[in-house]
Amino acid sequence: MTDYSHYETGAPVVDTKAPEGPVAERWDTRRFQAKLVNPANRRKHTVIVVGTGLAGGSAGATLAEQGYHVVQFCFQDSPRRAHSVAAQGGINAAKNYRNDGDSIHRLFYDTVKGGDFRARESNVHRLAQISVEIIDQCVAQGVPFAREYGGLLDNRSFGGVQVSRTFYARGQTGQQLLLGAYQALSRQIAAGNVELHARTEMLDLIVVDGKARGIVARDLVTGKIDTYFADAVVLASGGYGNVFYLSTNAMNSNATAVWRAHRRGAYFANPCFTQIHPTCIPRTGDHQSKLTLMSESLRNDGRIWVPKAKGDDRPANEIPEDERDYYLERIYPAFGNLVPRDIASRAAKNVCDEGRGVGPGGQGVYLDFAEAIQRMGRDKVEEKYGNLFDMYARITAENPYETPMRIYPAVHYTMGGLWVDYDLQTTVPGLFAIGEANFSDHGANRLGASALMQGLADGYFVLPSTINDYLARNPHHEPVDASHPAVEEAVADTEDRLNLLLAVDGDRTPDSFHREIGELMWEHCGMARTEDGLRKALERIPQIREEFWRRIKVPGTGDEFNQSLEKANRIVDYLELAELMCLDALHRAESCGGHFREESQTPDGEAARRDEEFSYAAAWEFSDTGRAPVLHKEDLVFEYVHPTQRSYA
Amino acid sequence: MTRTLWDSSLGKKTVMAVSGLIMLLYLVVHMIGNLKIFFGSGEFNHYAHWLRTMGEPFLHYEWALWIVRVVLVAAVVLHAVSAYQLSRRDIRARPAKYVHRKPRASYATRTMRWGGIILGLFIVWHILDLTTGTVHPGGFQSGHPYQNVIDTFSTWYGNTIYIVAMLALGLHVQHGFWSAAQTLGAGSATRDRVLKTIANALAAVLTLGFICVPVAVMTGVVS
Amino acid sequence: MKLTLRVWRQKNADAPGTMSTYEVDGISQDMSFLEMLDTLNEELILAGDDPVAFDHDCREGICGACSLVINGDAHGPERTTTCQLHMRSFEDGDTIDIEPWRASAFPVVKDLVVDRSAFDRIIQAGGYISAPTGTAPEAHAAPVPKPDADFAFEHAECIGCGACVAACPNGSAMLFTSAKINHLNVLPQGAPERETRVLDMVGQMDSEGFGGCTLTGECATACPKGIPLPSISAMNKEWLRATRKVRR
Repeated sequence: MTDYSHYETGAPVVDTKAPEGPVAERWDTRRFQAKLVNPANRRKHTVIVVGTGLAGGSAGATLAEQGYHVVQFCFQDSPRRAHSVAAQGGINAAKNYRNDGDSIHRLFYDTVKGGDFRARESNVHRLAQISVEIIDQCVAQGVPFAREYGGLLDNRSFGGVQVSRTFYARGQTGQQLLLGAYQALSRQIAAGNVELHARTEMLDLIVVDGKARGIVARDLVTGKIDTYFADAVVLASGGYGNVFYLSTNAMNSNATAVWRAHRRGAYFANPCFTQIHPTCIPRTGDHQSKLTLMSESLRNDGRIWVPKAKGDDRPANEIPEDERDYYLERIYPAFGNLVPRDIASRAAKNVCDEGRGVGPGGQGVYLDFAEAIQRMGRDKVEEKYGNLFDMYARITAENPYETPMRIYPAVHYTMGGLWVDYDLQTTVPGLFAIGEANFSDHGANRLGASALMQGLADGYFVLPSTINDYLARNPHHEPVDASHPAVEEAVADTEDRLNLLLAVDGDRTPDSFHREIGELMWEHCGMARTEDGLRKALERIPQIREEFWRRIKVPGTGDEFNQSLEKANRIVDYLELAELMCLDALHRAESCGGHFREESQTPDGEAARRDEEFSYAAAWEFSDTGRAPVLHKEDLVFEYVHPTQRSYA
Repeated sequence: MTRTLWDSSLGKKTVMAVSGLIMLLYLVVHMIGNLKIFFGSGEFNHYAHWLRTMGEPFLHYEWALWIVRVVLVAAVVLHAVSAYQLSRRDIRARPAKYVHRKPRASYATRTMRWGGIILGLFIVWHILDLTTGTVHPGGFQSGHPYQNVIDTFSTWYGNTIYIVAMLALGLHVQHGFWSAAQTLGAGSATRDRVLKTIANALAAVLTLGFICVPVAVMTGVVS
Repeated sequence: MKLTLRVWRQKNADAPGTMSTYEVDGISQDMSFLEMLDTLNEELILAGDDPVAFDHDCREGICGACSLVINGDAHGPERTTTCQLHMRSFEDGDTIDIEPWRASAFPVVKDLVVDRSAFDRIIQAGGYISAPTGTAPEAHAAPVPKPDADFAFEHAECIGCGACVAACPNGSAMLFTSAKINHLNVLPQGAPERETRVLDMVGQMDSEGFGGCTLTGECATACPKGIPLPSISAMNKEWLRATRKVRR
């Protein structure tokens, strides 16, 4: 067997669906070119949607409104609990309600630049165009966005852009948008247009004659494995940040749907592009199960520091001023504590690696409001940040008005995902990927308040238009049934995998493996990556995998509600995905956005992009477990936003 | 609309609220009438007689009283039937109790059902005692309510039953009035304090107003 | 910390359940309640026992999945979700009773996991505004007075966890149902379906087998998002208004 890192480069992958012509007209052109399905024929088409978050919920509702028969799945007990619910900040839209110079073109420009020039221009422009319709749609559904006294919608600035284009509903924007989509979906369920399977998890994709025709799914309550058939399959199953074990993702968010699709032929693009958020509450010990995000607005007034001396374990208030290192202010005098997310995250990691981290395990830095309280008064600080301080106090039992907060970066979002064309179709015909599950719009780094925008753009507007073209061209008059060899193989695969997990009866719990792979990934494929570290990880992952299949212990049986089995099965996929992420990170010997390769930095320590060699999206084709995948490059062309190097010193 | 009301749990609650308020209104009038006992047998008996001639000459003798009785019986029946059906639904909705049990809601809230049953039984006794005289201690004299009242409150059990029932009434009204306001949609965060104050005041006034009669008989103030 | 846990164990919906006792040691004050249960489950798995099943997902208090009755309180002693409850709310040596939500409309699936799909069906009955994608007018076409917007938001905060039903001695879903009705009915966008929404949702609530409201206030006390008790009265008002206006 050849080494996993000795991959081959195959033919380039080309997006054949994005039309030529001025970028602002491409979406109209595409919609006009796309074939339509006669409204009377739509109910004859079944579309499977996996996931009920912002992307899946909105897509399911909209497809059903159009007349398609939708069969939808979520592993949660209710579609309303999909992890989109946890998004705090807001949603961007180029409404220019503030008359502050915003426009579709500016949002397009900011997003391409923010993505460090690794996103496709045509997709991003479409996203910016659709952003305005999303707000209209959500308001019509009754989403209670923040309003001003005149009754009009309020906006705030977010994520370091210079205009106020973020719509928000206090700190619960994701929840409110998700409930809007959930309610629209509920209406279609009641109308009989959507058949919802809650507590049902997709475990494999069924590909017949080269086209996606269904899924294998397990009823999590009864354990029954069933097949579902359709004319097209839409994956809206979210990101894969849980590879890292500790992240801001929900506990059950997982990569199984996308990974199984990848194994069945869908290319996986830019898997190493992960976003690390700098202001999360640090872990308190080995028992930690997940991390909680705190709004990064805290950096507007808080000062970040660590002790100058290694291993200084005095309480923060006893460390004198001249023994503190306000490292961001020292290294980046111009931007200070307000440097972008990736830079703040990496700097925190560096000081902790030096042994100067604070709190349990030395994995934290101080975010100190003492100076702000002195300057503005405690009342003012309370007015601005009170709810965040309360949240911090509840979780840590520390009073941030008196002792500095401790923060540490955490995995937050994955920009990579299944490769899709302009129609959001993967390389498997009939298989679409939307929302965080695809790789499309954020390039190497996502701007704040853009995830909600992309999820809803894909689900409400893009997919429901583009899927028509596929369905019109592939009417699938031949039904598939369970006796088809491809179906039998997919079911047998799934059953074998689950039975094997139950049969090993080893001496390690699923969580212990998840934690181990997570720590390895965080160490070598986290905030800063080196060739050396990535090679170490690539060496270690197959060993963990081998140990997993020897020592895993899953109690109970497969035909009952068995949360350990669910977990173990997801880890099987993490153990393969992790390998691909490391390989992708290794092959991309440049730094860009969330991907920082220590070998590729400017003299002052900043990320250095290498456009001549790496101005492409890396789409990987699966070959076999542990065997090198094939790289297909999609060249990125920048006609409107010209690549420049960032500088913050 | 009638069907919607009766088929829905909210509708039945509305029926309970409205019938409860009718009875509450009656109780206030009844209590004020009772207090006339402090002005001597003449005035009290005269008042009792007037109840029968109310509305004359438009209404025939006792017609007004019978209208009131019919309305009250309807209210009691509707109140009780809705309460019974709603309680059945509530108990069915929560068949398993928590192993770890805690008393929580206020005493008045928790005693609504038992309080209601006590009051129902009391009404039966009260009518048999002072309206029909069936179970009246020492010869019931129709047309002489003053003496009848004194007879009743001269027995230990008459006093006990009456006072216990009136305490139950107070608790029932305290939660019931506020609850009826919520059911009828009159509740809001800003009005809550006012509604609770009225409920407490009504409960206190009714309880004291009714209980002062047996106490007066017992202490010899009224004889 | 060393704790004694008494946990409701029930193999599946049809099996009888019972409280089982477990000892856990080495619990840190900084652990969340669910992390404490994770610790127990790791031990159970290694001992070859069936780990305790419980619903949980975001663990940051917003998805509404977690649902434990702890010492008789829905979500435990603090006014928050179970996932945001920390072990520092308990003392070393405590005995803690952990039970599932109890209501006939929420049948137990396994151990501490219950089926809350009745809530979904209440929403399906009318907890939406009919606005098919693409039909929306410009967002600023209908301004919403700030007090109305705030009222809508306050009620929209419901996370659908079901603590209200669990805490209610009657297993009533009035607070949940009223939160959604009040959220949508106060908005101009929700006006066209105002009457049918409340009638249909209340009808569905009744047919799911939830109990009625006796205004004990337990629901609002248990609600981790602070949906206020007067929400129920506001719904009653909407319902009475709708029964007057709509002939069925």
